[in-house]
Amino acid sequence: MAQPIVSMTNVEKWYGSNHVVKNCNLNIEEGEFLTLLGPSGCGKTTTLRMISGFELPSEGMVKVEGENVEKKEPYDRSVNTVFQNYALFPNMNVYDNIAYGLKVKKVPKAEIKERVTQMLKLVQLEGFGKRRITQMSGGQKQRVAIARALINRPKVLLLDEPLGALDMKLRKQMQIELKRLQRKLEITFVYVTHDQEEALTMSDRIAVMSAGVIEQIGTPKEIYLKPRTRFVANFIGESDLFDGIITAESDGVLSIGTEVGTVKGLKENTTIGSVKVNDPVSVCVRPEHVKISTEKPEGFSVQAVVKDKIFVGNLIKEIAVINNGNEIKINSINAADLPEPGSHVYLSWDLKDAVVIPERSEITLDTADKLKEVG
Amino acid sequence: MSDISVKAQTVVPDAKKVTAGEKKVKHGRKQSIRATISNIIMCGPMTIWSVLFILIPVVMLVFMSFMTKGLLGKIVYKFTLVNYTDIFKPVYFNVVKESLIIALWTTLLTVLLGYPLGMVMSKLKKKTTGVITILMMLPLWVSGLVILYSFVIMLNNSGTINSFLMNIGLIKKPLQLLYNNFSVTIGMVYMFLPFAVLPMYSSIEKLDPSLIEASKDLGANPVTTFFKVTLPLTSPGIFAGVILTFIPCIGYYMVTDMLGGGTSMLVGNLIYRQFTISRNWPFGAALSVVLSLIILLMVVIYTKLGGDLDDLAS
Repeated sequence: MAQPIVSMTNVEKWYGSNHVVKNCNLNIEEGEFLTLLGPSGCGKTTTLRMISGFELPSEGMVKVEGENVEKKEPYDRSVNTVFQNYALFPNMNVYDNIAYGLKVKKVPKAEIKERVTQMLKLVQLEGFGKRRITQMSGGQKQRVAIARALINRPKVLLLDEPLGALDMKLRKQMQIELKRLQRKLEITFVYVTHDQEEALTMSDRIAVMSAGVIEQIGTPKEIYLKPRTRFVANFIGESDLFDGIITAESDGVLSIGTEVGTVKGLKENTTIGSVKVNDPVSVCVRPEHVKISTEKPEGFSVQAVVKDKIFVGNLIKEIAVINNGNEIKINSINAADLPEPGSHVYLSWDLKDAVVIPERSEITLDTADKLKEVG
Repeated sequence: MSDISVKAQTVVPDAKKVTAGEKKVKHGRKQSIRATISNIIMCGPMTIWSVLFILIPVVMLVFMSFMTKGLLGKIVYKFTLVNYTDIFKPVYFNVVKESLIIALWTTLLTVLLGYPLGMVMSKLKKKTTGVITILMMLPLWVSGLVILYSFVIMLNNSGTINSFLMNIGLIKKPLQLLYNNFSVTIGMVYMFLPFAVLPMYSSIEKLDPSLIEASKDLGANPVTTFFKVTLPLTSPGIFAGVILTFIPCIGYYMVTDMLGGGTSMLVGNLIYRQFTISRNWPFGAALSVVLSLIILLMVVIYTKLGGDLDDLAS
């Protein structure tokens, strides 16, 4: 593999006694779309700012293109940023904003004109050059900000929640446009967001952060299907978790004793390290993988009572209460034979669809949920 | 008021409620009359004050400036333009010119000193900034006379600065620091610096820091960033500072009296003399009108450049 375009090694960041980024190790490959995903205050923006040079790591090393950038000021780095609130210069029109980077580098006027025109075309703002920034809508400002950063032909484009201020519909549209743009230009994008759906839609890889720690780095599929920690399981999409202790292991199948009976999972689906009998673990299943039936299935099952049945258009959500009072979510596409609220049911899943997450004390389910609400 | 009553009418469809709506309209009208009356009562004192102490004096001043000077300071009520043409006589015109030059120097120095101070203040903690502001305003609560006398003590031939420089052997003869345009300008800068710093500080403080970051991110070094982003975006504050220095500076006669020692005369002194020593009120009035017009012109330019009059008031 070629050397990473950005690499962070053992990076720590302290603000006074506040430890905001903890032992961050991150390699970003050339041309990839990497998203730093996490709730607000998890250190993702700080991580981004250490790449752009607005923050210096307290410890550790940041390399861009294989070169230590500790002594490089932001204006000497081959990265550009799209800021959260766009940060367009209100005293300049659209053309001058986009041309800014080239003007300060004393690029000849004719070339500036050509490249700005190209950029305006790229972000579909042809003919808007003379407009004042105050006359532009949110989505248009966003495009100007992107053009202004891209015109410098950065090796890496850093985007700090760039779509945060846009409404839902425009956001979705811009997500797709950004992704297309990134593929077309083959520039590395490092994208910061707290919106998991946005991250899943756009990214080649996602780094999920919580409380300054990168919990997991992987493709959207890996993150979704094989969450390494309870935090990731809860933060990305919906998940059903069964906590218990491994009671037995045979042929790679783990039996986990929980308050609501024995459930099973595959040993190879363990997310961190290896587990043995008597280890506390959580079994995580996605709601769409939970099977619901009125008759006791073969193998293992968990008894439950259906509480709610909610029609949300493309699928039916059911909420079933298990014996210890926890609510389990079940998403089904087929509406025909779903049990009605009040019926006694059995819940089960295919072993391959469940992951086994070893217990870790730092992040509990509660804090993950809270963080999710905040995010 | 009328907004609410219109809403009340459009919302209710059936007859019974319409009458209720009409009642509301009547009620609304009554209220709006009451509101008008109370508005008048509330604004009354202010209006009377403005008419008595601003409008009438200004009208009198303009009227006076077209009158003829009589013997022994008497005023002859006969229309003339002589007072205005007199201003262009070299002896008076030089005073106007010199005033403008001193005012320009004062303004330039004030901005050059005040802007960096404003920048430093914007970087400091809010608490420290408050302390600095109070320290800066402190001299304004002391009588101007006292301040200017202390300048005399510092600047005169056997004053603090001269004796210090002679004691360390840097100079043999005392420098003439007092009673020239230099001392007048220094005094003016001292008097007006606090007024200039505050609007500049407030516009620097309001500047979005992410714009500075964006500029650096796009490859501009701190110097380029300052001239292309910081300076243009804080220019309303600078202009407010300019106005708050330049305008009072032209008319301020105390500094020239105390530190100019009669060698330099500004428009302010000239006007003062017309009303006191020379007893030529019509000419003094004409000078005042011209001065006011210059100031008005500057304020107009300021607002045309996008400045906010409220910033000046603060």
